[in-house]
Amino acid sequence: MAVLNVNPTRMELTRLKKQLTTAVRGHKLLKDKRDELMRQYLELIRVNRKLREEVENEIAEANSYFVRASGVMSKESLDVALLCPKQEVYLEVDTKNVMSVEIPVFDVTTRTSDNSDIYSYGFASTSFELDAAIDKMNALLPRMLKLAETEKATQRMAVEIEKTRRRVNALEHVMIPRYRDTIRMITEKLEENDRSSRARLMKVKDMMVKQTIENHKNNPDTI
Amino acid sequence: MVKIAVFGDYESIKGYAAVGMNAIPCEDPSTAREQFKTLTSGDYGIIYVTEELAVLLAEEIANLDDKFLPAVIPIPGVKNNNGIGISRLKASVEKAVGSDIIFNK
Repeated sequence: MAVLNVNPTRMELTRLKKQLTTAVRGHKLLKDKRDELMRQYLELIRVNRKLREEVENEIAEANSYFVRASGVMSKESLDVALLCPKQEVYLEVDTKNVMSVEIPVFDVTTRTSDNSDIYSYGFASTSFELDAAIDKMNALLPRMLKLAETEKATQRMAVEIEKTRRRVNALEHVMIPRYRDTIRMITEKLEENDRSSRARLMKVKDMMVKQTIENHKNNPDTI
Repeated sequence: MVKIAVFGDYESIKGYAAVGMNAIPCEDPSTAREQFKTLTSGDYGIIYVTEELAVLLAEEIANLDDKFLPAVIPIPGVKNNNGIGISRLKASVEKAVGSDIIFNK
């Protein structure tokens, strides 16, 4: 039995009782938070996994196009073709709050809005594999952003779940039992004090009664 | 307004530059750490890192996991892919749930 180091007084008892109610309420809230976070996390991690597999496959495909393009074209002309990109991407970062975990939401803005206007080279001197590779990359972009978003969200949620779980466990297995034990200890001590003082009073009363009877016997005239 | 960076060997990342991301080439793994440090303190919202480099930078990336930004995302490059992207997801599930219940099928 682990008890807190406090004086066994009535004031401490009231204080501890109040703390216990708070702890119990906090425990329930945190448990609910953990469960809901976990539910959302599991949903998100499944999406994340699927997205990652897709993106990885498509990157591999796009890379294979690039490799083929570099097979057909000389390295120099390929580099020149990609040297000065037309397109530029900027992100607007917004915040979403999931069970008090802040996760970023990315909103993309591109310099040229026209999807066919991203090729930074003339078509005469480049191979069609390069066009296909760039096209593939461009189509992949939104999903890569989505991947970044979900992956960040799952990472942050995992951290928060771990933290919440620790708190729940600490309350459930350490704090609350400790408060309960201390409250019991104080109650027992107070009752014990109560009993001992009552016994003392009874004893004193007995002694007083005995003395009165004794006096009465010796001196029957006095009451 | 933040930018997107792609960090890795030149062959793997040149395509991303064409669609508007900032490709930052790193040919020498020994300077990767310093380059990555300047990237993370820069104005980037997402940093895609090739798996080859992500292994080298595992510690730095793990430190950024619970930060709001930047999001560091490993992507496969043209060579030396090691599946760190998926294994990071596994580690995240293990952290949150306690054991891997999603990938361990």
